[in-house]
Amino acid sequence: MPNLEHPAYPAADLLHLESLVPCRESQVSTLLSIFGERQQFSFPSIFIYGHTSSGKTYVMQTLLTTLQLPHVFVNCVEYFTSRLLLEEILIQLQSCSSGTEHTSPVHCDTLNDFVRLFKQAVASQELQDQTLYIVLDRAEQLREMEANILPAFLRLQELTDRNVTVVLLSEIVWELFRPNTGCFEPFTMYFPDYSIGHLQKILSQNHPPEYSADFYAAYINILLGVFYMVCRDLKELQHLAALNFAKYCEPVVRGEANERDTRKLWKNIEPHLKKAMQTVYLREISSSQWERLQHDGGEPGQLKGLSAHTHVELPYYSKFLLIAAYLASYNPVRTDKRFFLKHHGKIRKTNFMKKHEKTSNHLLGPKPFPLDRLLAILYSIVDNRVAPTANIFSQITSLVTLQLLSMVGQNDQLDGPRYKCTVSLDFIRAIAR
Amino acid sequence: QQIQEDLNKQLLDNLVSFLSRSHSDFQEKTTEWTCRMKFREIPTAALVLGVNVTDHDLTFRGLSDVLQDNITPYVALLEAKDCPGVKNLMQKLMGQLMNCDIDVDSLEDEDCVQVSQNRIRCSMPSLISWYESVTKKTDSETPSKKRNSSSRHWQSPPVVVIFKDMESFTTKVLQDFIVISSQHIHELPLVLIFGIATSPMIIHRLLPHSVSSLLCIELFQSLSCKEHLSTIIDKLLLTSRFPFKLGEKVLQVLINIFLYHDFSVQNFIKGFQLCIVEHFYSQPLSVLCCHVVDIKKRVYSLSHDQCENIRRLPSFRRYVEKQESGKQIELLTNDSFLKEEAEKLLEDLHVYHENYVSILRCLHVFTSSLPKYPLGKQIRELHCACLENRVWETEEYESSLQLARMLNKTDLVTMLQQCVEILMSSSGKEFDKTVGKLKEFLTQFQNLEAEASQERDVSVSSQKELQKKTDLYHLQKTLLELKESRRSKKLTKFEMLRFEVVDYIDSLVRRYLVPADDRTLHEILYFNAATVLRGHLNAAPRTALHTALNNPHWYLKNQALKCDGGGISNKAPDICIVYKLHLECGRLINLVDWLEAFSTVVMAAEEPNADAASSDQVDDIIHARFIRAVSELELLGFIKPSKQKTDHVARLTWGGC
Repeated sequence: MPNLEHPAYPAADLLHLESLVPCRESQVSTLLSIFGERQQFSFPSIFIYGHTSSGKTYVMQTLLTTLQLPHVFVNCVEYFTSRLLLEEILIQLQSCSSGTEHTSPVHCDTLNDFVRLFKQAVASQELQDQTLYIVLDRAEQLREMEANILPAFLRLQELTDRNVTVVLLSEIVWELFRPNTGCFEPFTMYFPDYSIGHLQKILSQNHPPEYSADFYAAYINILLGVFYMVCRDLKELQHLAALNFAKYCEPVVRGEANERDTRKLWKNIEPHLKKAMQTVYLREISSSQWERLQHDGGEPGQLKGLSAHTHVELPYYSKFLLIAAYLASYNPVRTDKRFFLKHHGKIRKTNFMKKHEKTSNHLLGPKPFPLDRLLAILYSIVDNRVAPTANIFSQITSLVTLQLLSMVGQNDQLDGPRYKCTVSLDFIRAIAR
Repeated sequence: QQIQEDLNKQLLDNLVSFLSRSHSDFQEKTTEWTCRMKFREIPTAALVLGVNVTDHDLTFRGLSDVLQDNITPYVALLEAKDCPGVKNLMQKLMGQLMNCDIDVDSLEDEDCVQVSQNRIRCSMPSLISWYESVTKKTDSETPSKKRNSSSRHWQSPPVVVIFKDMESFTTKVLQDFIVISSQHIHELPLVLIFGIATSPMIIHRLLPHSVSSLLCIELFQSLSCKEHLSTIIDKLLLTSRFPFKLGEKVLQVLINIFLYHDFSVQNFIKGFQLCIVEHFYSQPLSVLCCHVVDIKKRVYSLSHDQCENIRRLPSFRRYVEKQESGKQIELLTNDSFLKEEAEKLLEDLHVYHENYVSILRCLHVFTSSLPKYPLGKQIRELHCACLENRVWETEEYESSLQLARMLNKTDLVTMLQQCVEILMSSSGKEFDKTVGKLKEFLTQFQNLEAEASQERDVSVSSQKELQKKTDLYHLQKTLLELKESRRSKKLTKFEMLRFEVVDYIDSLVRRYLVPADDRTLHEILYFNAATVLRGHLNAAPRTALHTALNNPHWYLKNQALKCDGGGISNKAPDICIVYKLHLECGRLINLVDWLEAFSTVVMAAEEPNADAASSDQVDDIIHARFIRAVSELELLGFIKPSKQKTDHVARLTWGGC
């Protein structure tokens, strides 16, 4: 294992850091070598990317806090406008090293202001001799802000003429960021996904104090065996591990098995975990419900998950409207005459044709249709006479707000609104019963 | 009018109590959640409410009121239309939270005003700092005067955010908001409530897994709106408390609108209110539609004209015709005698209602358990059937009685017990005898059980006898005897009793469930103008427009415009002529042809023998009139300019192809 070594930082800190970020040693050492010593100017911008929950945010945060480097950490989702983002950076900057907690609220509308205020802030707080790190988490949001934000952050060192490094964290690759006007290329760095061994190591690290590490590691091993096929998300696995551990310990608590009796424990937990995979992982039932269930020892069958409640009650005409919409979306116009008129010939042929067309149409997805066609089909499928009252029309719009239908082509609302049916065949079958 | 206001209030009270009942379990859950926020999950309630969106407003208002009273002062209601982006959402959220804060402790007024003047930075940290300051303040003030308020809420009350219509929110806004709030869940105890109209699957459709894994969703299903409706009908129509009643046809219209169109209880209640208004407005005798205690006073204050009105009522006339001649004259001439008589009749009517409702419930107990439900599953269907005509004359009633005669004993006994309970709870005085009778039946059934065991003994003994006799002739004889006796025995014991019960119920029905139309003076209490109501509630814009343009006489009430059949009269307004002409055309209309036709129609009457010269060259005035009419049609949305052909317009109306 390559030990982290860097002349600028005390060895104890580095060791501590190494224990905190397992399986990411190489990335950390690369970062450290880029950062250099405290007073050295570093690369102006670093771009770190990797799949979700590959430890980007965590590594950056622990690195900066354990080594006590001056830094600002901002999540770009949270500060959704550029003004909020810039102000937040300045506020954190003020509070990060200066002793005075409450400072006057900052107003910063443009990037120009930001650069000016930033210079002031850095100058006033004697940070010139250290590199300041600005970490922008979820940097993909930057693309949706004003066009000048991203390029400016990339060359902030040059603009402010201060010792500053901007670190961008994102889940997507740099190629998708590059603005078409061209910009300063950051140093890109990739965080690979954790392998199963890594996951095992990381998950086993935070074992509860009542049980030995080996015991917990065995549990994690079983857990990974069940869930690794469907889920490699570290956070999700942690969540699942915490949820199901109580169940795993049950025989030990009751004294039926000791901690080494792995086989027996495995027998006990395996069906339980499989059940958990079907329900909790998909968030069909919430974790609190799951825990209550474990307490009672009941079957999860009693508790209906979210997807069990698929039945939707609709008013009589709404049902027919929806069915008509479905027919209009999936049947081509030329078959209307054949299907909905009373006198049509060539039944055998149509049956054959219908089957053939249906498969292809379902693959193609719903097609838009005009309002008149919908009403015509409605009149032909409802037995008794329907008056075109305002109620019917308002039902169409209410179906649109329920997202069962969707409006296509917003421009000509008045002349001929066109709709699309967005529900599935199963749904229609349930309604048509 | 006062009664009407009372009614409305009653309605709302009913609704609110109803809602609070349905949400009581929900609140208990919320209290539980606050304790468990160890994971990074936001506790979330998914409230499946059904498609009757119009009712949701009231539900949510009731819910937030209840929450504010019991759990937390911080409740924010968010609607999709207010929140097109995260920024607007945050602004709205902060605004609502800070406002409701003012309600709770007015001390912070100045603070809030300051904040709003500063053009608050709408972000989570400011929200958190606000929250911290608020909770700190209430903490510090607890000893002094905030005692009562903070004992109701806890030390750190959760902030409840309600999304009224989950379906209409854009995906991105919701996702962002959830991600943001999940990062601050430790500092800000947040509880989300999603109002869902369709099915909970929508959560999965709107939110990707990475986001939905941040939520800890529990599902709550509110009562279906059909059940809601039946409770409303139960409480409003099937009680003797409110003198105002709905006629059969009106009720049918209202229920149809509900079932066929919108499932909206709110609209049902509005329709009901409209009925009340219409009734009091159109029926001059509706003064008499009041509680029993007021009848006497009101009857005596009737004027002569109103007495004449009473005499004119068809049901009263029928009543008069049945009396002997001396009384007839008295009734028709003497006002005070009429008043006395009317008072008596009205009181009769009220007593009739009381009896009617309880017997109806009894009958419902019987019919609702029959196979295939010949008289309907819901009590409202039964109610409609009874109002419509004499229920015992219908085929369905016959068949249901037939079925009732085949019920087994345990069912019958439980039904009878239920009936006894219903009758006991009702206030009518006449039911003492009925209850006695029913109880008698019950005891008889119990006796039967005892007898049954004896009976079995008898049959066993006879079988033994049968085994003894080996003679063929004797065997045959005894078998026949046995069969006979068995049939007669069954009939005499249980079946006889069953028939008796059913007949008794039948007699009750015949006595009490007389349709209201047969009662004298029913017009005062019953509102029966179904066509008026339908016209008001079931608007038909297309038909109305068509009639207006096709048959202007209908609305303009001008005799000259009355025309016969398909001919196009030239006296009609220009737009009507243009409209009728355009009905004859196809999808694309040639403007020149149209103008030609228009001018012929207009000229036809003015100069019957139009000279050739003027028909060649269309008059400028006619031209102008035509253009105006066409642009009016375009304004109405019947035609639009088309780019496919020059000098053509596209027709947008129904049937153009």
